[in-house]
Amino acid sequence: MPKDGIGASTKRREDVRFLTGNGNYTDDINIRGQAYVHFLRSDVAHGTLNGVDTSAAEGMPGVIRIFTGEDFAEVGGIPCGWQVTDRHGEPMQEPAHPVLARGKVRHVGDPIAAVVAETREQARDAAEAIMPDITDLPPVMDMKEALKDGATKVHDDLTSNLCYDWGFVEENKGAVDEAIKNAAHVTTLELVNNRLVPNAMEPRVAVGDYNRSTGDHTLYTTSQNPHVIRLLMGAFVLGIPEHKLRVVAPDVGGGFGSKIYHYAEEAFCTFAAKALNRPVKWTCSRSEAFISDAHGRDHVTKIELALDADNNFTAVRTETYANMGAYLSTFAPSIPTWLHGTLMAGNYKTPNIYVNVKAVFTNTVPVDAYRGAGRPEATYQLERVIDKAARELGVDPIALRRQNFITEFPYATPVAVEYDTGDYNATMDKLSEIADLSGFEARLQESKARGKLRGLGVNCYIEACGIAPSNLVGQLGARAGLYESATVRVNATGGITVMTGSHSHGQGHETAFPQVVAEMLGIDASMVEIEHGDTANTPMGMGTYGSRSIAVGGSAMVRATEKIIAKTKKIAAHLLEASEADIELKDGQFSVAGTDKSVAWGDVTLAAYVPHNYPLEDLEPGLEETAFYDPANFTYPSGAYACEVEVDPDTGKVTIERFAAADDFGNIINPMIVSGQVHGGLAQGIGQALLEQCSYDSDGQLLSASYMDYTMPRADDVPFYQVDHSCQTPCTHNPLGVKGCGEAGAIGSPPAVVNAVVDALQRAGHSNVTHIDMPLTPSRVWSAMQG
Amino acid sequence: MAQVSMTVNGKPASGDIEGRTLLVDFLRDGLGLTGTHVGCDTSQCGACVVHVDGKAIKACTVFAAECEGSSVTTIEGIAAEDGTMSKVQDAFQTHHGLQCGFCTPGMVMSAEALLQENPTPSEAEIREYLEGNICRCTGYHNIVKAILAASGQDVSKIAAE
Amino acid sequence: MYAFDIERPSTVSDAVKLLKESDENQPLSGGQTLIPTLKQRLAAPEKLISLTGIDEMKGICEDDDGRLCIGAATCHADVAAGAGKYPALAALARQIGDPAVRNRGTLGGSLANNDPSACYPSAVLGSGATVVTNSREIAADDYFQGMFATALEEGEIITEVKFPVPEKACYMKFEQPASRFALVGVFVAKYADGVRVAVTGASEEGVFRWTEAEEKLNSDFSSSALEGMSPPADNMISDLHGSGAYRAHLVGVMARRAVDAAH
Repeated sequence: MPKDGIGASTKRREDVRFLTGNGNYTDDINIRGQAYVHFLRSDVAHGTLNGVDTSAAEGMPGVIRIFTGEDFAEVGGIPCGWQVTDRHGEPMQEPAHPVLARGKVRHVGDPIAAVVAETREQARDAAEAIMPDITDLPPVMDMKEALKDGATKVHDDLTSNLCYDWGFVEENKGAVDEAIKNAAHVTTLELVNNRLVPNAMEPRVAVGDYNRSTGDHTLYTTSQNPHVIRLLMGAFVLGIPEHKLRVVAPDVGGGFGSKIYHYAEEAFCTFAAKALNRPVKWTCSRSEAFISDAHGRDHVTKIELALDADNNFTAVRTETYANMGAYLSTFAPSIPTWLHGTLMAGNYKTPNIYVNVKAVFTNTVPVDAYRGAGRPEATYQLERVIDKAARELGVDPIALRRQNFITEFPYATPVAVEYDTGDYNATMDKLSEIADLSGFEARLQESKARGKLRGLGVNCYIEACGIAPSNLVGQLGARAGLYESATVRVNATGGITVMTGSHSHGQGHETAFPQVVAEMLGIDASMVEIEHGDTANTPMGMGTYGSRSIAVGGSAMVRATEKIIAKTKKIAAHLLEASEADIELKDGQFSVAGTDKSVAWGDVTLAAYVPHNYPLEDLEPGLEETAFYDPANFTYPSGAYACEVEVDPDTGKVTIERFAAADDFGNIINPMIVSGQVHGGLAQGIGQALLEQCSYDSDGQLLSASYMDYTMPRADDVPFYQVDHSCQTPCTHNPLGVKGCGEAGAIGSPPAVVNAVVDALQRAGHSNVTHIDMPLTPSRVWSAMQG
Repeated sequence: MAQVSMTVNGKPASGDIEGRTLLVDFLRDGLGLTGTHVGCDTSQCGACVVHVDGKAIKACTVFAAECEGSSVTTIEGIAAEDGTMSKVQDAFQTHHGLQCGFCTPGMVMSAEALLQENPTPSEAEIREYLEGNICRCTGYHNIVKAILAASGQDVSKIAAE
Repeated sequence: MYAFDIERPSTVSDAVKLLKESDENQPLSGGQTLIPTLKQRLAAPEKLISLTGIDEMKGICEDDDGRLCIGAATCHADVAAGAGKYPALAALARQIGDPAVRNRGTLGGSLANNDPSACYPSAVLGSGATVVTNSREIAADDYFQGMFATALEEGEIITEVKFPVPEKACYMKFEQPASRFALVGVFVAKYADGVRVAVTGASEEGVFRWTEAEEKLNSDFSSSALEGMSPPADNMISDLHGSGAYRAHLVGVMARRAVDAAH
């Protein structure tokens, strides 16, 4: 067995640099001669931009140049990477998204001008002296109001504020309507999936650099996918071919989706570095991040669940209003549609499902994927409505779920996806054990004795991860493929460098990826090093999101390593004077089957680079292979979660007393890292359920615009979690049998929390409380208890 | 511009500063000690925690000028000269108390301060002490576990992995 | 931040002299509120006069009347550790901000700012403490004059606060979950000559005395004396963390809990 192979909880090698202050984040990068940019941003939500008077600012100390929208008239806008087709077969409405505002400002934070100066403070000083001439327009804030006839339009050149009206599956609508009409019972729930601000702890940073003598551009940026930025910005915005544009995402301090997208500031720094022939650096402040990073969620939904007389689910029908914000961010249109509608079957064999989504433009920050992206919204509404149905029918919510579980695989849902594997009863059984559900009654009494209301919430989830088959997403409107790549470079003395398109920003690729290679070759993981994040030395990759790194990127690495094995076996066969078919690789030794003849890994790799005794007529020297892997299907992690809360009846304050998560991620490479991913997702889900509330007022001003008002989960808001991933039904279509684990915690946890709070209130006699919208702040819970 | 002198990680350090130069800017830009991070501008996230004269403070909320003559320890000064990590650093690695690493320097500096004040803190005391350190990755589980372990307490009963 | 200079005088009189040099000069104590404000460019001082180097403004002692006297530049952590004679006050200091903030933030800074959600004003008002400045002594009842407004004049510096020590007292804080300031904080103190109840976080007018509760507690110092009571919601702060009605309700809850826990 290799040291630190698959299944080992290997300590993370990246930790030493992070723990000793030796990480290299984008803001740690300073280039000699760099200038600093400060963006003047709109402080009104909606207005006509009549002009920008920069005259007072031009001559201020340190000012190098001031840019406005007019300077970008000749370059492209920020592109959207996904085109959704609506119910009627028409393409979505797609507005222009200029780098700097032109003609109009459309949300608080919309960049109007950019000042490049010798120092940060000088740039900010000058920005304050710029006078934008803005005529205020009524802000478009409420999605349903925005769709009314005569509503003010966010984009004057579009026909309305409707981006698209999507029906899925449109052909099924009649059957779904019919099933609901004929149902024995229909449970209806209207709910809000609250808008969130991603808040990776590292704010975004961009440093643009340009070499006039070679014409080479370099952008250092806080990205989850440097190649995607290179493609989007190079091809669609600035017209720079890939071979003249290098994008580097060094250590990145978390992303959670918010660092997938191509942002205007990246294009600006790249553009300005050439225009000024100087490196240009932008460091986002947290306050600025709140009004410029893409937000997440923000759905308003009505869901109906129909059941027959035996409590079998017969139909699900939903109508959702999805907030796009003022512009279409990179993946925005796909989130409420293909990442949401396709998951509406959940873990259940509901035969009839229809999903309607109206995506709406408003004068708010653009909304895009945030950890889970569409799947938390699907899970939340489904698992809440099931809980409500169980209560209405007077049946046990777990039994109702079990009765409707999908139990045979593969299973083709009525919403276009095919689950390859799963065992939902197994994860529910495991949950029951780790959550000690049988002990709940005793804990309830104990809470009661202390004057607290206790509740238990349980739910399931399913997600589609390992994003995604390119041919499928192409049909669905993606303007990119979603494969992944790896180059495995074996050096002469046997050490290995793997260059992967998957970027690591907390997921631990530098530790987990070598475990796979070590396992395959039978060598120590310490002989394998991972390089990622620099388009100059990694193959084209699509990046890290959608729980895809190990399922797609890892599979590419497996394929490349298989090529290495095939070639080294040929070399070994030559060295051992044996037939290639007889060569076995085990524990880093090549041996001839049935003999004691063998040659070590290092001897073979050396022969590849010192080909003195080498089959040069059949084989190239060197040992380096690249593979691209395009998945055949999504992967379908699933699980069951349980939350126990206490509610203070006097104040409405909710505390999480216990949280248990039983997940099925298929095979697992590094259990320690997987648990860590779940823990983090749980805290984000608990944050969404109890704490995080991105609120605008009716004027379009962001009320929760800093950590003074936007509640981030802290150590004392959460308990130790019980997590388990021993239920494993391996993925059938990727070589590792892995499913991905990055988003599960954030997808599965919000309904568990809300179910638990409603349970606590119901048990305490508040029978009128059937739902409270997230976040369940003390004041909301207290108000609900007042009736 | 004025001059400021202080001791940073045991070595004398000085440089030119403005009145408005924050300690964190002096450390990062003036001394190149980029381990201390800035994650917010309202003094809440704690990514910038350093020790000034033995006390944990937020380097983004103190002016460099006010640290004249002080002794400052940053994350770069926690491991031994030969690179051996401290008990806290080692426990963070052993128990996977970090993911993206951005909040980590502040977490470690707060944890070191906590253990100096209270060598065997309870779980509740640790969670309360970390009120001013925000982490978005770990859900805090393994951070709290790591600090318990660094204080020599048995963590084997806390959900493994 | 706008540009400014920093001076670090070592005596109160030097600090006052520097402050009076210009209307645009401003004192800087722990800076835990002022520095974030400066970052937002909501203040533009010409010079900041740092009070952190003035030793005579630091420390905790007892005066001849048995009052606990705390130097205005004493940080919250030092009050938490050193105000053992007045446990409710030490406990309040321990609940301000977070450990790193408590190592910098000061009593004087908090009082001079008089944030409507700050903890300290409730202790000062609830104790009937005396705010001592470089030029005079101000009774707590006269000191607080509404949200961010105090009796301090330009160039006047708080040097010390004298707290009469009650028979028993308690501070109950219900945190605003994001900022961790008080959404509602109630300080109850029972003295030989009567009970004082001060409320922070709740009112548009800043910290205030809940006299109706004081009257009830004067005749019966028990939480049952306050049963069902809460102050009028009219002037209460309403924001995304809670309505005025919710805050008014919380004042009643926190006051009853403070009475029960007072020691």
